[in-house]
Amino acid sequence: MTLLGMRGIGKRFLGVRVLSGVDLDTAAGEVHAVVGENGAGKSTLMKILAGVHVPDEGTIEIDGRPVAFGHPLEAQRAGVAIIYQEFNLLPDRSVAENVFLGREPARRGLVDRAAMEAETRRLLDELGETSFGPRDAVRRLSVAQQQVVEIVKALSVDARIIVMDEPTASLAEHEVELLYTLVRRLQRRGLAVLYISHRLREVFDLAQRVTVLKDGARVTTVPTAEVGPDELVRLMVGRELRDYFPPRAAPGEIGEVRLSVRGGGNGRLRGIDLDLRAGEITGLAGLQGSGRTELVKALFGAEPFAEGRMEPRRPRSVRDGVAAGIGLVTEDRKAEGLALRQSVRDNALLVARATAGRQARGDVRALLERVRLSPPDPEQEVRYLSGGNQQKVVLAKWMTVGPAVLLLDEPTRGVDVGAKAAIHDLMRQLARDGTAILMISSELPELIGMSDRVVVMRDGRIAGELPAGSSEEAIMRLAASGEAT
Amino acid sequence: MKRTLPILVVLAVLLAAIALVNPFFLEPAGFLAFVKRAAPLVILAAGQYFVIVSGEFDLSVGSLVTVEVVVAARLIDGQESATWWVLLLLIAVGLLVGLLNGVVTTALRVPSFITTLGMMLILSGAVFLWTGGAPRGALSEAFRTFGRGNLGPVPWSVLILLAAGAAAILLMRSDFGRRLVATGDNERAAALSGVRVARTRILAFVLSGAAAAITGILLGGFAGVSAQVGQGLEFSAITAVVLGGVALGGGRGSVVAAMAGALTLEALFTLLNLYGISGALEFTVQGVIIIAAVAVGALRLPAWLAKHPPRKQGDTHVA
Amino acid sequence: MNGQSLKQAGRPARPAVAALREIDPTKVIYLALAATLVIGWVLVAVDGGDFLTVETIVGIQQRSAALGIVAVGQTLAILAGSLDLSVAYLISLCSLVAAETMAGRDGGIAAGVAAVLAVSALVGLVNGMVITRLRVHAFIATLGTALIIKGVVDHLYDGPAGSVPDSFQRLGYDRIGPVPVSALLWAAVAAAAWFLLRRTRLGHRIYAVGGDEEVARLSGVRTDRVVVLTHVLCSVCAGVAGLLLAARLGAGAPTVGTDGGYDLESIAAVVLGGTALAGGKGGVAGTVGGVLLLAVLDSVFNQLEVNSFFKDVVRGLVIVIAVAVYARRRKGRQI
Repeated sequence: MTLLGMRGIGKRFLGVRVLSGVDLDTAAGEVHAVVGENGAGKSTLMKILAGVHVPDEGTIEIDGRPVAFGHPLEAQRAGVAIIYQEFNLLPDRSVAENVFLGREPARRGLVDRAAMEAETRRLLDELGETSFGPRDAVRRLSVAQQQVVEIVKALSVDARIIVMDEPTASLAEHEVELLYTLVRRLQRRGLAVLYISHRLREVFDLAQRVTVLKDGARVTTVPTAEVGPDELVRLMVGRELRDYFPPRAAPGEIGEVRLSVRGGGNGRLRGIDLDLRAGEITGLAGLQGSGRTELVKALFGAEPFAEGRMEPRRPRSVRDGVAAGIGLVTEDRKAEGLALRQSVRDNALLVARATAGRQARGDVRALLERVRLSPPDPEQEVRYLSGGNQQKVVLAKWMTVGPAVLLLDEPTRGVDVGAKAAIHDLMRQLARDGTAILMISSELPELIGMSDRVVVMRDGRIAGELPAGSSEEAIMRLAASGEAT
Repeated sequence: MKRTLPILVVLAVLLAAIALVNPFFLEPAGFLAFVKRAAPLVILAAGQYFVIVSGEFDLSVGSLVTVEVVVAARLIDGQESATWWVLLLLIAVGLLVGLLNGVVTTALRVPSFITTLGMMLILSGAVFLWTGGAPRGALSEAFRTFGRGNLGPVPWSVLILLAAGAAAILLMRSDFGRRLVATGDNERAAALSGVRVARTRILAFVLSGAAAAITGILLGGFAGVSAQVGQGLEFSAITAVVLGGVALGGGRGSVVAAMAGALTLEALFTLLNLYGISGALEFTVQGVIIIAAVAVGALRLPAWLAKHPPRKQGDTHVA
Repeated sequence: MNGQSLKQAGRPARPAVAALREIDPTKVIYLALAATLVIGWVLVAVDGGDFLTVETIVGIQQRSAALGIVAVGQTLAILAGSLDLSVAYLISLCSLVAAETMAGRDGGIAAGVAAVLAVSALVGLVNGMVITRLRVHAFIATLGTALIIKGVVDHLYDGPAGSVPDSFQRLGYDRIGPVPVSALLWAAVAAAAWFLLRRTRLGHRIYAVGGDEEVARLSGVRTDRVVVLTHVLCSVCAGVAGLLLAARLGAGAPTVGTDGGYDLESIAAVVLGGTALAGGKGGVAGTVGGVLLLAVLDSVFNQLEVNSFFKDVVRGLVIVIAVAVYARRRKGRQI
């Protein structure tokens, strides 16, 4: 029987349609996977369910009764709990205090610690969790353990629908197995679990049904038993309009080695051998936790290599890296890329002002036109720009110093299609002008479309290298098992 | 410039109100007297601005001003010949105190509130330990000239204020200024762009120390030597900066607005005096106004947030 | 298999290991307190004096009671991620309110105490409302309140005023054996605050709001209400300290709060006790240790007849060094 029914859900942000007419239903005791590419609308749909966003269209029913959530608490009271990738826990408080935050059990007006801890203990036991107790400070727990705390928190509010957003994203391999056990226990208790994941293996291991979203709409909902991985991929990725990518580098366009590492290593990386050449775009693939971001940060000098040789030099700090002609476009542009309250001009010139002499500036407006910022207004505050325009400003920031090597970590994440094409063009143009580019992307079609070759990482090492135009399957196989085709 | 406008309007209104009651204010001499009185606080506010815009506090400036004045009086002890080297020494003391504040805050990761609070205790303790509890000695005539003398019709302190103000504006337009604001706005983004975040902040504290030294030199001449000369000035300076629309926490606001905030505060005092509100109630009015000013500034934010909901988690689908 | 399975989360892994290096700052402060007592005892003994006399111990308690009470209130405000710069002027105001209301009459004691509690609670309410409703930074809001109170007090009074009946003055000086009544009052306030933080919902929520306001809000905590209540409690503590000081002086005094430097000193004592200035972490036990440490230092210096200005220097150094030590322990988790 249906526990949750979402019908015709639609949502726009600032006039951009991100969801339209999405249906989703789930039953008690079901694990229901929700899959789709980045930007397909999974997170927005789940946030609507959790009361974080209010839908513009559509209805939500729980047990056949219509509900409307204006605040996360209302969703919580209706039995919906969401576990974000970023946990909502207080690191300095105990497990029990976190579980009961805002709902502390009281006896005669006083917090009943014993009851709080006993109930937490009971729920932990029920989940088979014995590695930590109710009194432990959350700060001392591993990511997997903190996830358990979030689940206990959900259970303690009598949640009947639990949304898990990429629950394995930060887990190590053996922790994923434990999570499986947990999810199955929740299922046996009669809860509905909405499981958002990019990892198809998990979808087939855990879910009974899977809903595929694409471009803000539902493609289909099918029992996992009736669909194969290839079919599912086709449903998610297959699009009428293939993305346009600029032509790859012709053989003659790839020039000398601009950066080379031999035996690079630090706490997270081992035995890195890599050459980046002028005119070439190298794609960097790997699963979550494989060390992709760590590698670009090491090359750049933000989290330097502790060992190994690097040419022209091994940067020991960001300034070293910049001096060696390396630039890094970080994954999280709001936290690490931009000073949001400053103008486009101030952001675009930040690297030049921090590291180069006066001669490095040039004409800001011309630069903004070159990165196709629209409109190219240098006085605008960056926080008012769209994601795509913000990313163009980050690129402009590095172009002022004309780096020999540009490292791009998810350069088109959260960027609209138009800006994405503009960024792709710009990357190719920079390469043609002699920049060596290393690009991380989680979107394999993009990685394959843009790269002149693909380097695959696994467990902090380079697992192998694939030529231009390799298939997604080949990359995945290398990333997941280390086996080349 | 947009954001400097409100405080300039408020300042203009206050100045007009003063002129209405006191026509002498419109004459050069009257206006210059006002600017002269305001100069020390304006300079101190400019120094405090550098620290605040980088995301920190400097609570030590009040006692640093006292230290400067007391040290000057004891070392000069009435001898004209000692004036110049003492002046140099005072500036050096200001720079050194700022340097210490900055290094302790950045290298030892002590919140600047605590660092400069500790510095405040240390400075006031140390200087009276040295002088034996009360200010001793006397300033020289040459020294006093800066605070009370004129060059032709223009007070020295006004000239010094103009020079300091121009320097502050130029600094904020320079690469250093832009790096400083970027650091206060997003430390991590600044660091990953190659900004030496710690060094930038230390320099802000040094500038604040220098401003306190200049303020001390002006106040020594203007107000004379006393153990209370710098008392509460740290809060006045912070008030002035915030009044100018500069956000505590860093990354927002201009140095012009901060200095205008200090002038506004002085204009407010002048006006209250003219209207016969006693010295004590000045504080009450000041308290109400600072809360009101900041509240009005803050209340615009929720309206903005309603239009642009924060997206804390995960990826954005909004282009 | 598909491309999407390569997505990387936007979150860096949490540095769980860094936590293991941490040591409870409360232990550090009490170790420092013990060490100071021992060193002080040795120094005074070498100097030919006797440190651990009844007078010294009583003195330490007397000295620390008023600051201790204010600092307990300040602890609550700081734990909730706020702070209160208005306590010093509020203390002065409350001493005057008490002395004027009591006007030397025994019968006026109840009214005086009630008036002080009402006035201080009102000031706390205003602080809290300005911070939460008008969204003014706590630093500015309480600084503004401080100036408002200062203006009113200075406008109305030039010097000591009112008088406190003898029976009420006993609060200031009486003692039971070696324990002054004022110290008992402090202990009671501290115990109440400890109990509040540990055993009441409000206490738990104060930590939550100071730790991460967004998390607290999403968990259903009415964060604004918590901040307002915390400020009311903090101000009431300042009011109680005002009562105590009025009992000591026998009258109200317009400068008694600022002369004691209770605003910044109370913040310093809280931070010295290991409570994080940013909130969410720490507690009353540390604050009590911090206040005692400052009082013991004072006492040692007094016995050694060290210049009082030297005490300020040492005090400043101790505070900065202590916080630097705590910051070092937390280093791993800073950005």
